[in-house]
Amino acid sequence: MSDVSLDAHDSSGTENQPQNNSRRRFLTVATSVVGGVGVVGVSVPFIGSWNPSIKAKAAGADVEADISKIEPGQLIRVIWRSKPVWIARRTPELLASLANDEDKLKDPNSEQEQQPEFAKNRYRSLKEEYLVLVGICTHLGCSPQHLKDGAFEQYVEGVPEGFFCPCHGSKFDMAGRVFQNVPAPLNLVVPPYMFLDDNTILIGSEEGAA
Amino acid sequence: MWKNLMDWIEYRLPIMRVANMHAIQYPAPRNMNFWYMFGFLATIVLVNQIVTGIWLTMSYNPTAEGAFASVEYIMRDVDYGWMLRYMHSTGASAFFIVVYLHMFRGMIYGSYQKPRELLWLFGMFIYLALMAEAFMGYVLPWGQMSYWGAQVIVSLFSAIPVIGPDLVIWIQGDYVISGATLNRFFALHVIALPLVIVILVFLHIVALHEVGSNNPDGTDVKRKKGSLSEEEKTKFVIHEYYTSKYDIVDDIVPFFPHIVLKDLVGFAFFLLAFCYVMFFNPGMGGYFLEHPNFEIANNLKTPEHIFPVWYFTPFYAILKAVPDKLGGVIAMFAAIIALALLPWIDRGKVKSWRYRCGLHRWNLIVFAGVFIFLGYLGGTPQENWKITASQILTIMYFGFFALLFIYSKNEKCLPVPARITE
Repeated sequence: MSDVSLDAHDSSGTENQPQNNSRRRFLTVATSVVGGVGVVGVSVPFIGSWNPSIKAKAAGADVEADISKIEPGQLIRVIWRSKPVWIARRTPELLASLANDEDKLKDPNSEQEQQPEFAKNRYRSLKEEYLVLVGICTHLGCSPQHLKDGAFEQYVEGVPEGFFCPCHGSKFDMAGRVFQNVPAPLNLVVPPYMFLDDNTILIGSEEGAA
Repeated sequence: MWKNLMDWIEYRLPIMRVANMHAIQYPAPRNMNFWYMFGFLATIVLVNQIVTGIWLTMSYNPTAEGAFASVEYIMRDVDYGWMLRYMHSTGASAFFIVVYLHMFRGMIYGSYQKPRELLWLFGMFIYLALMAEAFMGYVLPWGQMSYWGAQVIVSLFSAIPVIGPDLVIWIQGDYVISGATLNRFFALHVIALPLVIVILVFLHIVALHEVGSNNPDGTDVKRKKGSLSEEEKTKFVIHEYYTSKYDIVDDIVPFFPHIVLKDLVGFAFFLLAFCYVMFFNPGMGGYFLEHPNFEIANNLKTPEHIFPVWYFTPFYAILKAVPDKLGGVIAMFAAIIALALLPWIDRGKVKSWRYRCGLHRWNLIVFAGVFIFLGYLGGTPQENWKITASQILTIMYFGFFALLFIYSKNEKCLPVPARITE
C-alpha cells in the first residue's frame, strides 16, 4: 500500500514505464477543457429555465384598449404584461400648461430613452390628447398616484395635476416627466402603442415595427 | 456489551473522537462572557427555522393563487399551525437579533483579526445567505408587503448598466413579479439557501476550532509548544489535536460542559423573550410582521409606505440616502462589503477594545448607534429631515471604517495582559 503514490514525478516502481510529461499535460488540459465545456453546456438548461415561460410570454402579448368612453380629464388603467398602463385624456388647458414648469423637470425634452421615438416630444404621446404611460415609478417600481384638481399642488407649487409616488416621494407631471430633486432618475416609461382606429389603442406594438 | 457496541461503532465512525475534539476536550477561554452566547443561540435558531420550516411546507401552497390563502389556512385550520408559523416568523427576527449581537461581539473584541480573518469572512457569507433567505421567505405569504418588497429589491438589479433590465426579467421569470417568481423563491428558500447556510455554518465552526476561540481580553491561550512549565499548563484533559501543537495555558475550560451550561443559562433568558413575542406579540407592533402583509398581493395597488422588515432597514436607509439609483445600490452593497473587509481595514495588533485607545471604543459605540438610527430612518415613513439625516448617518457609517483604518496604524494601546485577568 505504501508504494502507491499520486506524485507524477515519483519514479518508484515505474522505472520500466517511461513518463511522458508533455503527453500527460496535454491529457490533463484536454480533459479539463472537455469537462469545462460539459459544465457550461449542462448549465444552459438550468439558467435557461429561469427565463419567462411560453405561458408568461403569451400573457405578455399586446392588449387592446377601448378609449371611446374616456372623458376629458379622466384616466383609465389597463393591464399590459401585468403592469398598470394609464391612458389619460388631457384637456387643452392641461396640454397648454405643460410648457409652464419645464425648468423644474429633470428631462423636459425626453432625452433619455424612456419612450418610443414617436413620443419624444413635449406631450410624450402620439396624439397630444391621449397620454399612455406605464404606471410604474422609475425609482423602485411602485405605482404612483394620479392627483388632480389641485391635489398635486402640495407637492409642486403651481402644478395642479400630476403623479406622486407614495413610496419615496417621486413626482411626475401630466406627461410623465420627472421633477427635479426626487429619487426617480427617469421619466415614466411610454410603452409602444398605436391607434388601430379612433376608438382603440393597441398597447405593445407600434406602427412600422414588427 | 455496551462498550463493545460503542467500540464497534467507533472503529467505523469517529463519533467520540469528534465529540472530544470539538466539545468535551475543546479548550475554551474561561473568561468568555455573555457576549459569547450568541453563536450558540444562532445555531439553536437555525435548527428552529429548519424544523418549523419543514412543517410549514407541509401545508403551504407555493402559487400566486394559493399562497396567501394557504397561510390563512395554516393560521386558522391546521392544528398548531399558528404556533409553527409564529415560531418561524419570530425565529426570523430572532436570528437577526442574535446575529447582529454576535457580529458586534466580534467587532468589540477584535475577533476578526489575524488569524481569524477567514472565520470572519465565512460569517459574512452566512450573513449574506441569511439576508437572501429572509428576503425570499418574506415573499412567500404573498401579501402586499411581500409583493412590493420583492418589487423594490429585485428592481435594484435594474440599476446595473446594460444587462440590468434583462437580468430583472430573468430573475422574475416574467415581466413582473409573478407566480413564477414566487415559485422559484420558494425553491431557493426551502432547499438551496438552507443547504448553503448549513454548509457555511459547518465551515465557520471548523475554521473557529482550527484557530481557537478569541476572548474578551484578546489574550492567546495557546502558546508555543514547550514554552510553558507544567505549573502554567491547564489541568483539564485537552484533546491531543491541540496539545500536540501547542501548550495550553491554565486559562481555559473544556467547552462541554462548562461553556455549554453557561450558554444554556443565556438560552433560558432568550427563550423567555422569544416566547413572549411568539405568544403575546408576534407582530411586534408591525416590525416583525408588517401590517400591509395581512392583505393579499395586488400589483395595481402600491401600499402607502414600503419598508423592508426591520433587519434590512439600516441598509435601506443607505440606499435611499443616495440621490442616484446606481449610486444608492453601490453604497448599500459597499456597506456590507466594508464589514467583510474589517480584518484588513483594522491595522491594529491589539484585539479587544479593553486595551485599545478611547477613540476606538467611542468609534464602536457611535457605529452601533448609527446603525440603529439608520434602521429607524429606513423603517419609518419618508420625511424631508430624514433624507438629510440618513445622508449624514451614511457618511458616519463609512466614517467608522475610514477612521479605524487611519488610527489603527499607530494606535496607542494599553499593554495586553499575558494571562487572562478576571
